[in-house]
Amino acid sequence: MPENARPFLPLATGNRRCAAHRPDACASGALMQWQTFAHEADVGIRGSGATLADAFAGAATAMTSVICDPDRIADRETVTVKCAAPDDELLLVDWLNALIYEMATRHMLFSRFDVGITNHHLTATAWGELVDISRHHPAAEVKGASYCELAVGRQADGQWLAQCVVDV
Amino acid sequence: MNISRLKRRGNYEWELPAAGRMRVPGVIFASRELLEAMDEKVAEQVANVASLPGIVTASYAMPDAHWGYGFPIGGVAAFDAEDDGVVSAGGVGFDISCGVRTLRTGLKLADIEAHKARLADVLFARIPAGIGSTGSIRLDARSMEAMLKGGARWAVQASYGTVADLEHIEEQGRVAGADPACVSELARKRQRDEMGTLGSGNHYLEVQVVSEVFDPAAAHAYGLVAGDVLVSIHCGSRGLGHQIGTDYLREMVVAAPAAGIALPDRELACAPIKSALGQRYLGAMRAAINCALANRQILTHLAREAFAEVFPGVRLPLLYDVSHNTCKEEAHMVAGHKRHLFVHRKGATRAFGPGHAELPGEYAAVGQPVLIGGSMGTASYILAGAAGTEERAFGSACHGAGRAMSRHEATRRWNGRTLIDDLAARGILIRSPSWRGVAEEAPLAYKDVGAVVEASDHAGLAGKVARLAPLVCIKG
Repeated sequence: MPENARPFLPLATGNRRCAAHRPDACASGALMQWQTFAHEADVGIRGSGATLADAFAGAATAMTSVICDPDRIADRETVTVKCAAPDDELLLVDWLNALIYEMATRHMLFSRFDVGITNHHLTATAWGELVDISRHHPAAEVKGASYCELAVGRQADGQWLAQCVVDV
Repeated sequence: MNISRLKRRGNYEWELPAAGRMRVPGVIFASRELLEAMDEKVAEQVANVASLPGIVTASYAMPDAHWGYGFPIGGVAAFDAEDDGVVSAGGVGFDISCGVRTLRTGLKLADIEAHKARLADVLFARIPAGIGSTGSIRLDARSMEAMLKGGARWAVQASYGTVADLEHIEEQGRVAGADPACVSELARKRQRDEMGTLGSGNHYLEVQVVSEVFDPAAAHAYGLVAGDVLVSIHCGSRGLGHQIGTDYLREMVVAAPAAGIALPDRELACAPIKSALGQRYLGAMRAAINCALANRQILTHLAREAFAEVFPGVRLPLLYDVSHNTCKEEAHMVAGHKRHLFVHRKGATRAFGPGHAELPGEYAAVGQPVLIGGSMGTASYILAGAAGTEERAFGSACHGAGRAMSRHEATRRWNGRTLIDDLAARGILIRSPSWRGVAEEAPLAYKDVGAVVEASDHAGLAGKVARLAPLVCIKG
C-alpha cells in the first residue's frame, strides 16, 4: 500500500475477471478486485490487481458499486474513453471523472472495463447499458472524483492499488 | 476528536492554536459532546485550510462539521485578494450552491392529513428525482447563456415563479459576476436535460409541519405559526456545477506549484484571486450558483403545480432560499476595518444578523432565515442569523445534521423498504426510486440535528426560530 494510503477497512468488495479483450489491456485473465471504504460524508473507492490497468478497472467497478450492484448492469453498449495526465494519480481522477461524465450525459451505467495505460495515457472501453430505474435501483449519483485519499501505487506484494474518495 | 490540544474560548467555541504552517488559528463552534464525536480529520482539515495564503482571522468549523474533502464539511474561511488571498475550487466543492429553500403553503396540518398520500404521489410524479431522471426543459445555447447570467431572475422571466420570490433569495436570485464564457462545453452538455431535477443522495423535497416555535417574534416575521404546513427543497446546481468543480479542481491542482502555492492536500486546490485562473473560476462558479438558483426556482414551480392539483387555489410564497456551498464576495468588518473578502462556505449557511442591508425588509429586524435540513424521520429547523454573527464567523452558521456514519454502514443497519414502512407508520410518507438510497439516508445515519442547532444557538451564530416535522419526503 502506498505510504499515504490509510489502512481502511474494506466495506463492499468484489472481484471479477478482467475484460482482457486486448493483449496489452491487462494481465490475461487476472483477477480484478474492487472495494469501497468508509468516508464520513462520501465514499472511498479502491481497485487492485496485477497491473496498473487492472487497478484502474477495479476502481471504476468500485465507483459503479456506489451507484448500484454492478452485477445488475448488462454489457449491451460500449463507450471509448481516452485521457492523459502528468502522473498516474491525476490520471485516476481523470479516468473516473470521464466515466462520470459519460454516465451523466448518456444516462448509462457501466460494469465492465478494458483499460490500457502507457506513460500516463489511458485508453479504455467501458461496457454498460442505459439506466433502468426499476431494475438497477440506483441509490446515489456520483458527482465527481476527488483528490481526497488519492493514491496510486504498487504494494509490497506486487499488486497495484488505485483509490480515492468520490463525492455523492 | 482528541480535544486536549484545543483551547476553550467558551462553552461552544474552541480554538485550535496556530502551529506549523497554519497562518491563523482554527475555531470550532460546538458543544463538548459534538466536538468529542467529531472525526480527527476535522481538526486536520481545519488546520490545512488555515495554511492557505491570504486567509483572514481564522479557519472556522460549524457545529455540524465532519470529515469532507479538502475543507471539512461545515468549514468557513475568508480570503483577502489584496493579501495574495486565494479562491479554492475544493473549498466550494462539486455541488456548487447546493442549498435549501422553504415555501409556506397557507395550509394547516388538518387540511392535508386526508390528502397526504395523494399529495405524495402527485409530487413524486411531477418532481424528477434520482439518477436517470430528466427535466422537461431543454435550453438552447442562448437560453443557457441567459440562465447562467440570470439565475432565478431568468427563471421568473421564463414564467417559473413570481417577482416576489426574488426578494426572498440570497442576492435577490442572481449573483453578479457570472461569466458563461468560463463554463466548459462539457459542463453545459451535462446540464442539457437536468434543469428542474432534484438529483439524488441527500437531496429531497419535503412537506413539513411547524411542530414548535421557539422565537415568536422571528416566527411572526417569517410568517410562521405552529401547525403551518411548509415545503422545503434541498438540491443544487446539478451536472453543470459538478463539472465546473471537476474542471477547475484539476486545473488548480496542476497550476498550484507554478503559483507558489504548497497544497497540504491536493483537494484544497486553489488559485490566487487576482490570477487569471482565479478570476475564471469565480466567473464559472458564479454561473453555477445562478444555475442552482434557477433549478430551485423551477422545482418550486413544479411543487406549486403539484399542490394546486391537490389543493386548487393554494399559493406557495417563498419564505427564503439559502445556498451552503459557495464562495461569495462580501464586505466584513475585521479589527475595525471594512474589508472585501471572498468567503468560502462549504456545508455552511450564510447567516446575516438583524439590520443587514442584504435582508428583505420584513426580516431586517430579526435576521436572515437560516434553513437547516433534516433527514426524513428527523426534524428540520429554521434559525435566524444572530446579532454579532458577522464578527464570529463572517456571518455563517451550520447547514444540517451532518452524517454520523458511512453510507455502507447505513445500508448494513437498515433495509430501505422496512424503513419506508416504519416511517409510514409514524405518518411520514416517503417516495423514492431507490430503497437502497433511502437506507443510505436513514434518519439515524445522521447526527442529532437538535444538538447541532442548539450549539449554533448557544454559540451566537443563529438562534432557533421553529422546528419542522416531516410529513412527506420525495427522495432523489
